Amino acid sequence: MAKQIDDKHGLARDHGLPGKLIVVEGIDGSGKSTQAQILKQWLEAHNVPVFFTEWNSSPLVKKATRRGKKKNLLTPTTFSLLHATDFADRLSYQVLPPLKAGMVVIADRYAYTAFGRDTARGVDPGWVRDVYHFAIKPDITYYFKVPIQVALQRLLSARTKIKFHEAGMDTGLDKDIVRCFELFQQKVLDEYDRMTSEFGFEVIDATLPITTQQIMVRKIVMESIGDVVRRGA
Amino acid sequence: MSNFAPTGKISDNPKNLASLFRIPAPPARRKRYFGKGLPYMDLDDLRGYLVVVEGSDGVGRSTQISLLKSWLQVKGFGVLETGWTRSQLVGPTIDLAKAGHAMNNLTFNLLYATDLADRLEHEIIPGLRSGFVVLGDRYYYTALARAAVRRSEIDWVRSLYGFAIEPDLVVYLKVDMNTLFHRVIKSSGLNYWEAGMDQNPGCDPYESFCRYQSKLIRQFNRLSREFGFRAVDARRPVEKVQVSLRRQVAALLDIKMTREDREVRLLV
Repeated sequence: MAKQIDDKHGLARDHGLPGKLIVVEGIDGSGKSTQAQILKQWLEAHNVPVFFTEWNSSPLVKKATRRGKKKNLLTPTTFSLLHATDFADRLSYQVLPPLKAGMVVIADRYAYTAFGRDTARGVDPGWVRDVYHFAIKPDITYYFKVPIQVALQRLLSARTKIKFHEAGMDTGLDKDIVRCFELFQQKVLDEYDRMTSEFGFEVIDATLPITTQQIMVRKIVMESIGDVVRRGA
Repeated sequence: MSNFAPTGKISDNPKNLASLFRIPAPPARRKRYFGKGLPYMDLDDLRGYLVVVEGSDGVGRSTQISLLKSWLQVKGFGVLETGWTRSQLVGPTIDLAKAGHAMNNLTFNLLYATDLADRLEHEIIPGLRSGFVVLGDRYYYTALARAAVRRSEIDWVRSLYGFAIEPDLVVYLKVDMNTLFHRVIKSSGLNYWEAGMDQNPGCDPYESFCRYQSKLIRQFNRLSREFGFRAVDARRPVEKVQVSLRRQVAALLDIKMTREDREVRLLV
């Protein structure tokens, strides 16, 4: 696949900050948040200063997102831009400062979530990459890869209510929310697969037992940013 | 409601009556995106016209647009107004963020882009599809000018707005710094953002206004050359500016300017 970002793109350049940025990506139900939490505990047990950040709405755009969802105002483009605004806010206040202070930042979802989701909704894949030009390149990006059916099973057995936008109901792919989730998230999965080589994801088989996955996760940490862990200990 | 004095009763003058049936029907112009565009939005069936009025804060854009709107309606056109930061989706958010000074350069640019995208998909494109003359009170160029002054990465801002469509006409209400200051102080007064106080913290508001607005004017002049704006000397009285504005729009819409069109009388 053709390269969609140039060398000047933030995701293509080393950030050069004293801290390290670890990102976990994957669809809902992939178990990425669980793995991120365990990793955090492990790093902290080794006296590594960790800051954990999730992609929740910042106060800045929370109201707009709610208004948009309630009144059904959101289009693929405004949906994408609102998330980018959120991301920019989060990057400025929650990611960059701890990295400058030398901490390890674990981000539950990052710009790649937007690339996958927004492209699945129909925006231009090159445009959405351009929008995130200001992002910085993670030191490690884990992609927790899981088939749709497994993810769905996990979500449903945990009795989590599948949310309207998570299922991509706004795309009108199907009237049934479970079926729509399958169709929409499959598109997102396809995008993740395309991005794996584009951005050099560390792919973790998310159907494996939790402990097995965590061992793989820690190995990769030791290989690529092991000095940080050793320094902490 | 009309903003200008009527020039005679329709029944008084048979020529006026005849003019009722001479609504111009200019040919549609093909619309294009500035950049990568919206893959899910087809521009082929847009029959209307996008006319943008750009210029500094306080130059008199909204007065001119409201006069222009009434005039065009008298001519028989459907007119839709759309204004910067007035989107349903994030208009209130921008106001809040400005009040709380919660924005940085990135979120500033992104929120304004969201605002335009929302208005583009919910107002501008549907309006153009229905054959309206859409009057934009500021557009993408305002974002470019401000981004340049705030030293945002310009290439990024340009690609960000790749979803926007190119207007059919951009009229630039051009003033000098001094005239602008006199207008602003007498109407709305200096405010934090228009005085560019975020750019010049601790600075005297007058000094800051001059510094910020003259930088903006320089940027608008540069953009005017790049994008071929039609510049109108906005230092003149409202009526004269309106006539110049009408001339530009008349040329686009195949309207023949009559003597009446050149005599703007304001209701006091």
